Amino acid sequence: MGSGFSKQMNSSILRWTRKDLLGLRELSAEEINFVLETADAFKQVGTREVKKVPALLGKTLINLFIEPSTRTRTSFELAAKRLSADIVNISAATSSLTKGETLKDTARVLEANHADIIVLRHSSAGAPQFLASRIGASVINAGDGAHEHPTQGLLDLYTIREKKGRVAGLHIAIIGDILFSRVARSNIFALLKMGARVTLVGPSTLVPREFEQLGVAVSHQLDEVLPTADVVNLLRIQHERQRKEYFPGLGEYIRLFGLTKARAVLLKPDCLIMHPGPINRGVEIDSELADGVQSVILDQVTNGLAVRMAVLYLCAGIATP
Amino acid sequence: MAHEIVERNRDLSALVLAGIPARGVALAERLAADIEAIAQARVATGVIDVSMHRDDVGMRVSLPVVRASQLPKPLEERTVVIVDDVLFTGRTCRAAMDAIRSFGRPACLQLAALVDRGHRDLPIRADFVGKNLPTARAEQVRVRLAEIDQEPDGVWLFKANE
Repeated sequence: MGSGFSKQMNSSILRWTRKDLLGLRELSAEEINFVLETADAFKQVGTREVKKVPALLGKTLINLFIEPSTRTRTSFELAAKRLSADIVNISAATSSLTKGETLKDTARVLEANHADIIVLRHSSAGAPQFLASRIGASVINAGDGAHEHPTQGLLDLYTIREKKGRVAGLHIAIIGDILFSRVARSNIFALLKMGARVTLVGPSTLVPREFEQLGVAVSHQLDEVLPTADVVNLLRIQHERQRKEYFPGLGEYIRLFGLTKARAVLLKPDCLIMHPGPINRGVEIDSELADGVQSVILDQVTNGLAVRMAVLYLCAGIATP
Repeated sequence: MAHEIVERNRDLSALVLAGIPARGVALAERLAADIEAIAQARVATGVIDVSMHRDDVGMRVSLPVVRASQLPKPLEERTVVIVDDVLFTGRTCRAAMDAIRSFGRPACLQLAALVDRGHRDLPIRADFVGKNLPTARAEQVRVRLAEIDQEPDGVWLFKANE
């Protein structure tokens, strides 16, 4: 156990003071590390005989999902249950938002019902910020439009750190629909802060050169990027966000940017293959690769639970004014 | 303290010294080394972080990082000695007992504290105490250990507002 000491020194000076998690852009590298270290402790809880801890006993969490989601909502729900919080799920179809109630009024009603944490997924960028500045409950962004998806960014980072032992100095290729991807943005902000090198790859319509201003490289030639990548993170083509065609057709997309078996020979043998899901098998990635030895796609899901437990514990565990 | 632990626990192979981070973990390691010198037997050590089991969630303005707990499996048939630097209200020990329960059902729990400063809020007492230190409730007791604090070992008593 002696090996734990130096690790214990790392962030023992730092303490968590945020009630909300709105995005990774505003977090410091130290805060991101803090969440990842806290997630280590919560991952351990999953190996105990009793996989539930009383950390948020008596707190109420509302999953307010104005946009459909299964995996993120389920992950937050399981995380909250393992922390002993009470949880209510509200989806767009069952909420009064369809009756014309504003987001602010919905939130105030939830707060009047003594909600302590609101996990919000919304199609509009900035909706979580709007909410957090108006109510006392903790607000956790579970994806807002094409803006940020901070817990996905954190679980991707956690998975890279777990498998590679570090994040700094690694070359991460994020491939596909960057323009419409909140996952890409959260990943970019966090990876750069942690000292990784990031290359975005995709058609120029979905990966415009403007992204270079963030401090990342942009490439439209996947085959040139794959040989130096330590991690490839494949993003889903978000058909639902594209009002017009951003590339000629799926066949051409697969030919140029799909991670096919033929193309995978270019990868380093220890390159990780990641995907936030849901996967379009045969589009972003060949089925065999998604299930192959380099794939950590299911580790991402498992780690998502630990990361979300950490985020809920930290944001809801501090005193609110 | 190591002598007392050996005297109380004839079967050292069933013993686990579970330290509460950060200084309890270091003390558990020191006790394990002392026991090894006395009894020529290496006892198991573990880490028990109590953050998730505290009863003041939502009452503090900031949170320290939570450490991963680690205890040998299975805990059944074993004696777990909870090791902490300072025993004060007893609330940390109560949380540690709850945390250990989530790992299994040990045969016996014992408590070792380097300093017992009194002022219990709960019906808890230590089995092994390094030093009883009479204090006023508002005073602060700080233990410093070389391997954690990068300064010489020491126990410091601070007056209130200092």
